[in-house]
Amino acid sequence: MRQIGWNWLGILPFFAFALLFLVLPTMNIVIGAFQNPQGQFTFDNLAGLTSPRIVSSFAISIKVSLASALLGCLIGFAMAAAVVMGGVPGWIKAPLMTFSGVASNFAGVPLAFAFIATLGRVGLVTMLLRQWFGINIYALGFNLLSFWGLTLTYLFFQIPLMILIITPALEGLKREWREAAEVLGASTGQYWRMVALPILFPSLLGTFALLFANSFGAVATAYALTGSSLSIVPIMLFAQIRGDVLQDPHLGYAMAFGMIVVTGLANLAYVIMRTRAERWMR
Amino acid sequence: MKRVWSWAALILGGLYFLLPLIGTIEFSLRMRRGEYSLDAYRSVLSDANFRATFSYSVVMALLTIVLGVLIVVPTAYWVRLRLPRLRPVIEFITLLPLVIPAIVVVFGYIRLYNTSSVLPLTGTASGTNLLLLCGYATLALPYMYRAVDTGLSTLDVRSLTEAAQSLGAGWTRIIGRLILPNVLGAVMSGAFLSFAIVIGEFTMAALLNRPAFGPYMQLLGANRAYEPAALAVIAFAVTWGCMGVMQLISRLFGTRIPAK
Repeated sequence: MRQIGWNWLGILPFFAFALLFLVLPTMNIVIGAFQNPQGQFTFDNLAGLTSPRIVSSFAISIKVSLASALLGCLIGFAMAAAVVMGGVPGWIKAPLMTFSGVASNFAGVPLAFAFIATLGRVGLVTMLLRQWFGINIYALGFNLLSFWGLTLTYLFFQIPLMILIITPALEGLKREWREAAEVLGASTGQYWRMVALPILFPSLLGTFALLFANSFGAVATAYALTGSSLSIVPIMLFAQIRGDVLQDPHLGYAMAFGMIVVTGLANLAYVIMRTRAERWMR
Repeated sequence: MKRVWSWAALILGGLYFLLPLIGTIEFSLRMRRGEYSLDAYRSVLSDANFRATFSYSVVMALLTIVLGVLIVVPTAYWVRLRLPRLRPVIEFITLLPLVIPAIVVVFGYIRLYNTSSVLPLTGTASGTNLLLLCGYATLALPYMYRAVDTGLSTLDVRSLTEAAQSLGAGWTRIIGRLILPNVLGAVMSGAFLSFAIVIGEFTMAALLNRPAFGPYMQLLGANRAYEPAALAVIAFAVTWGCMGVMQLISRLFGTRIPAK
């Protein structure tokens, strides 16, 4: 018995830290979401989330996250597949992976600055398009401070994350499977449709979920890019914490709770899909 | 045919990543009308606020690494040695910061440690600094833990411990002089990643009202035209430096870098 007590003592600092600075603060918000100002249990705050302003902020957040996750998956997959099986020289892979490692961590305020300097009203690409081709993208309705602008910016960390995760999965496709399919008379299209994609499907879906959560919780990039002109959920929550713009603290807790639910579900999907994907990778 | 598509994907993707970098560098040089100059960098570097916030964030990042190592190394070691059945639980906890958005965690801090609470950390500047430090340590936790745990998996922890104990070493000595040096490569790669995350962190610092580099960059971005581009170049260089050193270390020590 004394032995067990001594063993537990060794991880006490970790549990104390996790409890104080991770679990309790989160629980506090979750509990607050189900309390009225008098501290009684209520569902009113969650019901309050259905107000048009909050619904539309969740809608645009989910739309940006879906679009950037989907495009990130597609483009990242194309680039990873090109390197792994596209017949390009082998030396390209190492720099691409290194760059992906850097770019997937290059989020936040500086990323917003980079895109303003490139695609803002006087950014490099905006100017070049106008000078060289006479195309004024802002006259055509493009705006960096919009749904597509934000999605385009998020892709800068979404694509590299996809490349980092999907490259090992692509490398895990065994040569024998392709050969077996070819011996049986399958075309390249059939091999992809009936062998490779079904095997990769859990990895793809899992990474999609991870990318979704990744952009859903991002605050700094959006805030530095759009200020408060595009009210996605994290921006609205930021304003709420700073100055109670919803004029109801408990509605703020409910909003934060809603964020945890969305990112939690997305991460759950990722974990489930990854376990399924690993079945084939032994 | 396949090769054409591959090159097309890589070149288009490459353009997407290169253009913002080129655009930022070009923009940061445009401050003087009609010619390229380093005026924006000069303006940023001579700004007292830049120096103050940047050094604040560097100190915070270094402290975060120290705190992270102090929490993660003994725990990961102890779990491997004595409580292997708890590993999934610990692993789950260390992954929580990837699931719970930082903005929610810091919202919880503000509510839990406000001036009328049992532990009024937000009441004083040093208390808030401590709170921010702990927040950063939670942000770094997933990366740090996974790096160290991977490093430990290459060691025979049990034999090493028994050998040290039979020579009369105590726990602090075993962890500090035996385990830590053996997972140094892993610790370093976790440390550089933590540094890259903390140095430009915005959300937590802004909401806790601390004079960190992230909020400073945001403020400058709202008020100036060319300096933000110069800051972005500096920030990218720091990130690139951290990650480059990290990859170098992991190649030297032969440990794998954990992807997210």
